[in-house]
Amino acid sequence: MRLRILPVIALLFLVTACGTGTGTGSKYSTGAPGTLGERFGSVVVGSQRDLAVNVGDRVFFDTDQWSLKSEARDVLKRQAVFLKRHDSLTVTIEGHADERGTREYNLALGERRANTAKDYLVSQGVSANRINTISYGKERPAVLGSNPAAWAQNRRSVTVIN
Amino acid sequence: MIKKFAFALLALFFLPLTLATPAHASLKIDITRGHAQPLPIAIVDFLGKNRTERSSGQQVAEVISNNLSNSGLFAPIDQESFIQTADSLLVQPRFGDWRIINTQALVYGKVEMQEDGRLRVEFRLWDVFAEQQLVGQAFYTEPDNWRRIAHVISDKIYERLTGEDGYFDSRLVYIAESGNARRRVKRLAIMDQDGANHRYLTDGNTLVLTPRFSPTAQKITYMAYYSNRPRVYILDIDTGREEVLGDFPGMTFAPRFSPDGKSVIMSLSHDGNADIYLMNLETRRIRQLTTNSAIDTSPSMSPDGKRIVFSSDRGGSPQLYTMDVDGSNLRRVSFGNGRYNTPVWSPRGDMIAFTRQLGGTFYIGVMRTDGSGERLLTESYLDEGPTWSPNGRVISFFRQERMSRYGDGKTRLFTVDLTGYNLREMQTPNDASDPAWSPLLPIEQR
Repeated sequence: MRLRILPVIALLFLVTACGTGTGTGSKYSTGAPGTLGERFGSVVVGSQRDLAVNVGDRVFFDTDQWSLKSEARDVLKRQAVFLKRHDSLTVTIEGHADERGTREYNLALGERRANTAKDYLVSQGVSANRINTISYGKERPAVLGSNPAAWAQNRRSVTVIN
Repeated sequence: MIKKFAFALLALFFLPLTLATPAHASLKIDITRGHAQPLPIAIVDFLGKNRTERSSGQQVAEVISNNLSNSGLFAPIDQESFIQTADSLLVQPRFGDWRIINTQALVYGKVEMQEDGRLRVEFRLWDVFAEQQLVGQAFYTEPDNWRRIAHVISDKIYERLTGEDGYFDSRLVYIAESGNARRRVKRLAIMDQDGANHRYLTDGNTLVLTPRFSPTAQKITYMAYYSNRPRVYILDIDTGREEVLGDFPGMTFAPRFSPDGKSVIMSLSHDGNADIYLMNLETRRIRQLTTNSAIDTSPSMSPDGKRIVFSSDRGGSPQLYTMDVDGSNLRRVSFGNGRYNTPVWSPRGDMIAFTRQLGGTFYIGVMRTDGSGERLLTESYLDEGPTWSPNGRVISFFRQERMSRYGDGKTRLFTVDLTGYNLREMQTPNDASDPAWSPLLPIEQR
């Protein structure tokens, strides 16, 4: 079930961003918290939705890159705070790639991205044994379409509460 | 999870007919040239004594005709234009009747049900201009297995007229795709080289990727996400038994069998870093072959088992490298712009096929094993994952169209000749990706 929620949320981010015309990439792409949370009504504290809406469950990467951009580090810092506050939670970080690469290379790339995000959370004081990683390569795009905007949304790591 | 699918065991019996084959037949297709003119060939419906036999005979001729036509090297002649009837052929071909409709090669034969329940299929290949029989053979098998006989006959014709091994008696394993692109359902599927006898091997509940045949075509190694742990598996097609390959903390992926079938070479990701490992299937011992901090993946072994080609982004972007099977003698072989991935050593040993990405375009290309002589054979928005026909003459790959924001866009298997000509879409029930061609299937010779 939790996996099914994610794309919906991603879409809502997208729709909202487009609708308000604020929409080029970075504004919403870091999953920054804003007034969005209120639109969802009540959010269960410590839930996946809480993470997605109020913290930001995903960070984005440049083409062929796995290094963290400053927006990404900001999101992960908030995730670390969230995870320390809810210290019974364990998470899986999914690493993803866009479709502009071969399947096997993208699996390796997704693994890199997931591990980079994990390493950053650990550096922020989250215990490594609370964090799994998994790579989906280009197998699970968040946004459909063969265009740069879709690719940018798909080059991501997503932190999913187990 | 895994559906059992045993090969119909083939007891194929050769019965060479007593015929003197001339040492220097005049009829031969020169396939070393880029684009040979297809050879006009007449394939007559195989004869039978009764309706069942005649129906089989017609189907056998159809399969042969389809195979030869798809190769791009033969142009089967419309049966409507035939002058001589099939019945009288069994007495003697009237070569004038075939020359006048521009036939250069003539194929006919007959189908007989034996008293022991087996099917006997006999065929003859004639050079119409030299008025010489080039091949004459008979095969026996279970009636259900008639397609394989048609493929073997196709191979015999191909071999006799091109001087190269055939590839029609072979299969492909691939990934059948369906459903929403965000959560694609992927199933392992297997089919004959011509798309017949299509079967699914997994039920689609688990994501499966990148299947590859063992050298006997009895096993498939692939990657699967059982229990959300992406790992390399081996499936025995006969028994339906599958097993995970090793117990590693990280992801294992990009598997291929060694040419002797005794090892699997693959990538193992440890703390996010993918390196190449070789696992001995008997001892289960694993050997690390690369220790680079870059992504090293998509290994493929040369047919003599001595070298490995793989892709690595150690130079900044993914490029192709070769090394000895123990990891020594590393050599970069691709130097072009863009990204090179999924290298596959040809079964002849002299070429490497690969996916190249340059700008917004993907290409399937080939190069010699030292990296020289690169030729790009296909291009599109996304061409990926070449696999060689057993004779190293044809390359299959998959092509994904651009996806609309609704996720529309087909993904299909294609074949292209080594020369870059004769691009064809393979027929599959659904979307299809990650093709892997089997070796020629084993034939029992008596």
